[in-house]
Amino acid sequence: MTTAELPAPSVWRAFRAILWRDLFVTGKEFWVFLVQVALQPLFMLFIFARVLGAGGYVTEDYAHLLLPGIVALTAFLTALQTVAFPLIMEFSFTKEIEDRLLAPLPTMMVAFEKLVLAITRAMVAAVLMFPVGALVLGSAPWNPSGLGLLLVALFLGTWVGGAIGLAVGTLVPPNRISIMFAVILTPLMFTGAVQYPWMSLESLRWFQVVTAFNPLTYLSEAVRAAVVPDVPHIAPWLCLLGLVVGGTIFTIIGVRGFMKRAIS
Amino acid sequence: MNPEVEVRELVKRYPKREANAVDGLSFTVAPGEIFGLLGPNGAGKSTTIGVLTTRVKATSGNASVAGIDVVADPVRARRMLAVVPQGSNLDRSLTPRQNLTFHAAYHGYTPEHRNSRAAKLLEEFGLDSQADVKVDWYSGGMAQRLMIARSMMHSPRVLFLDEPTSGLDPQSRLFMWERVRELRDQGVTVVLTTHDMDEAAEMSDRVGIVDHGRLLAMDTPTALTSTLRGKSVLEVTIAKAATDTTDGVMAALVAIAGIERAEAVASDGGSFNGGHPMALASDNPVTLRLYVEGRAAGLLGATVSVLTGRGAELSNVHIGEPSLEDVFIDLTGRSLR
Repeated sequence: MTTAELPAPSVWRAFRAILWRDLFVTGKEFWVFLVQVALQPLFMLFIFARVLGAGGYVTEDYAHLLLPGIVALTAFLTALQTVAFPLIMEFSFTKEIEDRLLAPLPTMMVAFEKLVLAITRAMVAAVLMFPVGALVLGSAPWNPSGLGLLLVALFLGTWVGGAIGLAVGTLVPPNRISIMFAVILTPLMFTGAVQYPWMSLESLRWFQVVTAFNPLTYLSEAVRAAVVPDVPHIAPWLCLLGLVVGGTIFTIIGVRGFMKRAIS
Repeated sequence: MNPEVEVRELVKRYPKREANAVDGLSFTVAPGEIFGLLGPNGAGKSTTIGVLTTRVKATSGNASVAGIDVVADPVRARRMLAVVPQGSNLDRSLTPRQNLTFHAAYHGYTPEHRNSRAAKLLEEFGLDSQADVKVDWYSGGMAQRLMIARSMMHSPRVLFLDEPTSGLDPQSRLFMWERVRELRDQGVTVVLTTHDMDEAAEMSDRVGIVDHGRLLAMDTPTALTSTLRGKSVLEVTIAKAATDTTDGVMAALVAIAGIERAEAVASDGGSFNGGHPMALASDNPVTLRLYVEGRAAGLLGATVSVLTGRGAELSNVHIGEPSLEDVFIDLTGRSLR
């Protein structure tokens, strides 16, 4: 019980340990993670591309246009949900984040750890989407020269998703958790240029403007630019800029919300 | 010797609140001491602990733990302190054993150290046979034990216990008290909050009585009760006449020369050392606690004749020394709940 026994406080070590805790828990329930990540996109691809395709309502081209959108959506939502849901629970009902808030590292780092976890999990989810998509569609578009853009866009996009999750997880009161789906997730999913290229909205100007405010739009467009460059898309540099701006804004809001919840 | 915990002129005001939750609180705790903060719910005890454990931002004033300013250097302070909160905050995604090992990992211990220490503490706390189950299966007492074991994983110098035994069965309470004393014997300084008189008197080397965020008195339990020296307590349980009221009976009793104050307490088990007086005692039968100048026995006759005169039926009489609870009532004019 002497001070000599104590390891010197190391912020980096504490950060690694809380990240390891979250990765450990993810690994422990990996099949839950898989179901969570894969089921929704699986159905969306199946219905919108295969079923509607079989009926002649959409062409095969649409399937190849939809898949990048679905990859973007999955990455974005996985990041958001990785942070938002557990955080709402951990701050209110289970209080289990407290042990980490009392770890010897600046409280802000606990929020950053959530973002790192979100990016990690969402990148894995995005990578998983390609084989899942190929399985459902029979083929998947592939463009090796866009790999660099794809990775950078996914990294930035999952960061934005995680940051929105941080904001939502700390600002939504726990008794409002059920309307979160209706009020936040559903609009995000359908105004994010996932199911349609942004350029195709020329004739629906007001909606095009609305979608420009959703950071997911820039991720979808960037992934499409990387995977199916022939489809008209927003310029990649503009997409990446949009993501950086969105990520910065929501990180500031999210970290502030986190600090307010962590220290009263 | 430098104090292990020091709080100076601490003020905490929550936004949009009229009154300060903590209002100029000052106290020190010596190394190896068990210090109890005693007060009713909402007195500011948990907020004080919150400031000391870096989770609540002080509005003004100073607080330090193990010589480290918790406001200026919260990260280093967290290395020195541990908290056992009122309700469970165990990590339910982990097993009990993992709760301990991960906690030690956050504090930078090597895998060998965390595993051996976890095994040792689980055994010490009688949890080794239930170390790899789901935390959800744990009873309240077991969760409490596990949280104390967890807090010991990083060998803190100061342990904060927030209402450590509220909601525990008597056996778990005794176990808890025993463990806390052992920790003190190992050199850990303990600060606990409680609204339970018996716990404060039984556990603490010194007690600070807090109300409305202010410290009203601070001393050893014995010294505190001796401030009421020369006073004693007469407790009577009566079934009053159908037409009579408790207030009426109390007014009549206080009119007796030598009886300073009367207080209605819970009628069942409202004994001197085991009872939890309640603000709203059941009405009939009712137990009245009378604070008496001098020896209580001398006023027994007068009390009985007043009661008989009002048609009240006496079922129990107890004469005793003042307890910490009486000190609190004496200071605030209110009982603790």
